[in-house]
Amino acid sequence: MNYRITHRTTYAYSEPVAVSHHAARLHPRVTDTQRCHTFHLKFDPEPDLLTEHTDSFGNLVSCFSIQKLHNRFEVVSRSFVTLSPVLQPDPSQTPPWEEVASLFCDPVPVDLLDPCQFVFRSPLIVHEVPLRDFAQPSFKKGRPLLAAVADLSSRIYREFAFDPKATTISTPLDEVLEKKRGVCQDFAHLAIASLRAMGLPARYVSGYLRTRPPPGKPRLVGVDASHAWVSCFVPGFGWVDFDPTNNCFTSLDHITVALGRDFSDVSPVRGIITGGGDHTVAVGVDVEPVDA
Amino acid sequence: MAPRSDTPPTPGHYDELRDDAGKVRAHYEPVIADLQRRDSAGVKRLSDTSRRLLAERGVTFNVYGGEQGMDTPWHMDPVPFVISPREWEGIEKALIQRATLLNKILVDSYGPQELIRKGDMPAALVLAQPAYLRPCHGIKVANAKPLQVYGADIARSPDGRWWVIADRTQIPTGAGYALENRLITSRLLPEVFRDARVRRLAGFFRQMQQSLAGLALRPVAEPRVVLLTPGPYNETYFEQAYLARYLGYTLVEGEDLTVRDDRVYLKTLSGLEPVDVILRRVDDDFCDPLELRNDSMLGVPGLVRAVRAGNVALANALGSGLVEAPALMAFLPILSRKLLGENLLMPSVATWWCGQERPRGEVEKNIERLVIKSAFRVRGREVHFGARLSSAERSKLVERMRFASDRWTAQEQISFSTAPTWEDGRLVHKPVSVRVYLVATPDGYMVMPGALTRVAASLDSPLVSMQKGGSSKDTWVISEGPVENITLLSTTRTPVELRRVGHNLGSRVANHLYWLGRYAERAESSARLLRSTLLRCSPESGMSETPLLLPLLEALKSLGVIEQVPEASLLAANQEQIEARLLQAIFDPAHPSSIRSSVEHIQRIGILLRDRISVDTWRVISQLSDALDTFDNTPSVTPMSDALNVLTRIILELASFHGLAKENMTRAQGWMFLDIGHRIERTVYICELLLAGLRSADAENPSLLEAILEVGDSTITYRNRYSLLPQLAAVYDLLMLDELNPRGLRFQFERIDQHFEHLPREQNSAVLTPAMRVLLENSTKLQLCDPTELARVEAGTWAQSQVAKLLTQLIDAMPSLNDALTAAYFAHSIISSSDSTPAVEPISPT
Repeated sequence: MNYRITHRTTYAYSEPVAVSHHAARLHPRVTDTQRCHTFHLKFDPEPDLLTEHTDSFGNLVSCFSIQKLHNRFEVVSRSFVTLSPVLQPDPSQTPPWEEVASLFCDPVPVDLLDPCQFVFRSPLIVHEVPLRDFAQPSFKKGRPLLAAVADLSSRIYREFAFDPKATTISTPLDEVLEKKRGVCQDFAHLAIASLRAMGLPARYVSGYLRTRPPPGKPRLVGVDASHAWVSCFVPGFGWVDFDPTNNCFTSLDHITVALGRDFSDVSPVRGIITGGGDHTVAVGVDVEPVDA
Repeated sequence: MAPRSDTPPTPGHYDELRDDAGKVRAHYEPVIADLQRRDSAGVKRLSDTSRRLLAERGVTFNVYGGEQGMDTPWHMDPVPFVISPREWEGIEKALIQRATLLNKILVDSYGPQELIRKGDMPAALVLAQPAYLRPCHGIKVANAKPLQVYGADIARSPDGRWWVIADRTQIPTGAGYALENRLITSRLLPEVFRDARVRRLAGFFRQMQQSLAGLALRPVAEPRVVLLTPGPYNETYFEQAYLARYLGYTLVEGEDLTVRDDRVYLKTLSGLEPVDVILRRVDDDFCDPLELRNDSMLGVPGLVRAVRAGNVALANALGSGLVEAPALMAFLPILSRKLLGENLLMPSVATWWCGQERPRGEVEKNIERLVIKSAFRVRGREVHFGARLSSAERSKLVERMRFASDRWTAQEQISFSTAPTWEDGRLVHKPVSVRVYLVATPDGYMVMPGALTRVAASLDSPLVSMQKGGSSKDTWVISEGPVENITLLSTTRTPVELRRVGHNLGSRVANHLYWLGRYAERAESSARLLRSTLLRCSPESGMSETPLLLPLLEALKSLGVIEQVPEASLLAANQEQIEARLLQAIFDPAHPSSIRSSVEHIQRIGILLRDRISVDTWRVISQLSDALDTFDNTPSVTPMSDALNVLTRIILELASFHGLAKENMTRAQGWMFLDIGHRIERTVYICELLLAGLRSADAENPSLLEAILEVGDSTITYRNRYSLLPQLAAVYDLLMLDELNPRGLRFQFERIDQHFEHLPREQNSAVLTPAMRVLLENSTKLQLCDPTELARVEAGTWAQSQVAKLLTQLIDAMPSLNDALTAAYFAHSIISSSDSTPAVEPISPT
């Protein structure tokens, strides 16, 4: 499956800004099942400085600064990506979740240090006892890991309403748990916190989702959005991604851009401005399937 | 006679003063002998002098949420804590070893991570720590010494052994207070200080200067080092300002710095100056909102990139808070053998990390005699004293510890040793802990031969904390041989290098001074206008002056001081309502242009400029708000006459403010900005006042002109000159065109023009700056204004006259002038980016 992806971020300032610094994580990742053939960034105005580095999670970070007066700034990323089907282990054949959790108790074997960093709390996910109580029903004694994960995902899907007005980026998890509403980011955080509360590693995935128009209707351009889902670690196999917002394991519809402990590690474009009054940010994403 | 009869020692604590036989220990003898020579009143005098000296020198710290809040006075007990040479030798050796060890752990954690790979240290001690800054992993640190300055809290247990109770590796605070304590005790007890061979502190700070300069990555002879402070609201702001002065560093806030082309610059009036080394007092994760915590504005956006690019060095390196974790103490003995091949010379207080099953079991078993706390140093960390918990609370805590076990650690409690302390007229024994400071040297670490000793408020207080009402002591390390005498403070013998100009003024400070000038003038002019208005609507005048009231109210409205003006015909009927509005314009804190709001702005800026304004100026600023606090803003409570008194007081206080500024500030850049702010604000005010007069139906009414002269504080001048009823042309000439009248428009423009001539601008530039252009254009219009034209206008057409148009133009020009100043001097938005060296250089600083 091939995709042509456009991701446009536009800042508008009420007063001229003297300096702005940005850090963007927009480059699709290269994985066993995902290839990124082309990637371009286009800026308006052109930045005075552009550097790239790889962060500690392996994401490519583009840093750019504009050092002259500007009232608006736009960055557009265009990429062309090919996905191949993801091989999923049979959930019933995965090891019991307790067995996996016990691997991450101290001392942790050296080959598990990478997944180990996703067991602990992170800036936006401080799992506390209520999260464990929420997760517990899915983690019955001896249940295979992915079976428990599938159950957790379907419970979030059933019990929580998708509601873009209910939360913001800074809404804490216990409030999401109480309101039972939120968006993909909240559901991903909730699933991650649940897994970590059970002692299991889980990471946050940011990316894009292919949207399908209603039958007979043309595909609308530019109405897509960034998406977020969860990756959990299956020993002997590796990371398996699932999407609690859509209650599915991911395959050909999910394009991976960045990985981290939570949203704060992967926010697609972060900007800091000096001067300027109010500002607004507009984001437009287009995920276009392309025939090979 | 009290010092002789100190209270008996406390069982269960090591007595620093006396040995087991009850004999005063040799190293304490000189101090005790000195105290014994004084009578009780004499020692009390020492206490009082200590307090007075500290207050005089302005030594304070800020208690968060405390009663005194900002400016809580620093407490120092006049009896120093004394340490013998032999004892100190052991402490020194052990802490150098510990600093070396912690530094190695930092280098590994932010580099190869061999320690967690090989299982020498639990992975959680790096990966689970909020203090582990992932964006800083892999950054090469200058000299492989991320730990430049280290503070160790040590205390002595009943058996006489020293223990490390806490490590401060991120921003060790208090060395400046130690220095301040030393300056006070050396003045309080000069003879014994000299005779007892107390080791001096200056060598340590000189080493600190050398070490920090050595971190510079640019090959320059004199690298620029700055001290980055979180600002005047921080707990230890006094210390930061003090250290910066002592070490000769510029004290900066995040806003003073900017990152361009991955380099850090200091924003000054003459442009951007490169910064080589930052001694920081801002927490790790607050240092860069771009790559670290993005909800903080204390840091510098892009700083991590500049560090990564190798263009700036920080002390301590970003992320060095990692090894402050209490949990790490449990592993230091193993790590010391592993990394140094040595046994740890000074033990840490016994520590168990609950992330491991066996230690957790022991903690659960012994919980009633342990302190349970967060394993890592995090904001809002918890501390529970097992002994004080009910059994229900204990089992709840145990459940939480089992759930997220890696977040918990337990430590033994140590009964601190007691040191003689002066309290309520006698010597008592108080528990103490000692913070010792180390600084990196090219081949290791150097220990400050002295320390900050902190005294617990009471024997059973388990925590020693200045925040919780403790006190402090100077710490005397006794030298075996003669004492080397060095000081960094200029003495009379070393001549001061004469300087006419202070260091280039920072843009942020210039901006604050500019706004201080504006708000001070805003408060004064509003107060004058309000006073004249209130006088004319007092019941005694029976509102007979209503026609005159209207233009004054209109002027107040144009200046935003009041919101609405009733119709002329309704003035008399609405007298109460008008009075209420006028009182609001004075007292209402919610009204953005009230006098109280202006005064609050003045105070806020005053705090931000605390280390730049004189004590007297600060006093005047405080009295401004005292004047307002006396009254309420409800008309029924505050009679008009009281309001008039308040306004007069405000006007007089502001006059002293301006007077102090005029008489005490050198005519350098700071003063210029204060005065430019003052002049711009006054221009707006004069223009609005005159315009309201011209627009009035009574433009030529002598009573109105009299009122205008009164508000413009030019009555006397006018009378001296004309000695007849005011006439419009003459009044407007005096307030607009007369360059000798300090309350007139011409005067304001000429003053601003003089300042502009002296401010830095682009080198070799014959072109006027945008601000100069705005000023020139408008002052020319003013100068070309023909005074005879004033007299020629037909009655009733004043509002359409050339003069009215000119005044409107001048009002409109002031925001452009403000913007041009902001762009050129405060925001640095006109620096060209193609060139990484600053494009702007001083032309003629005065």
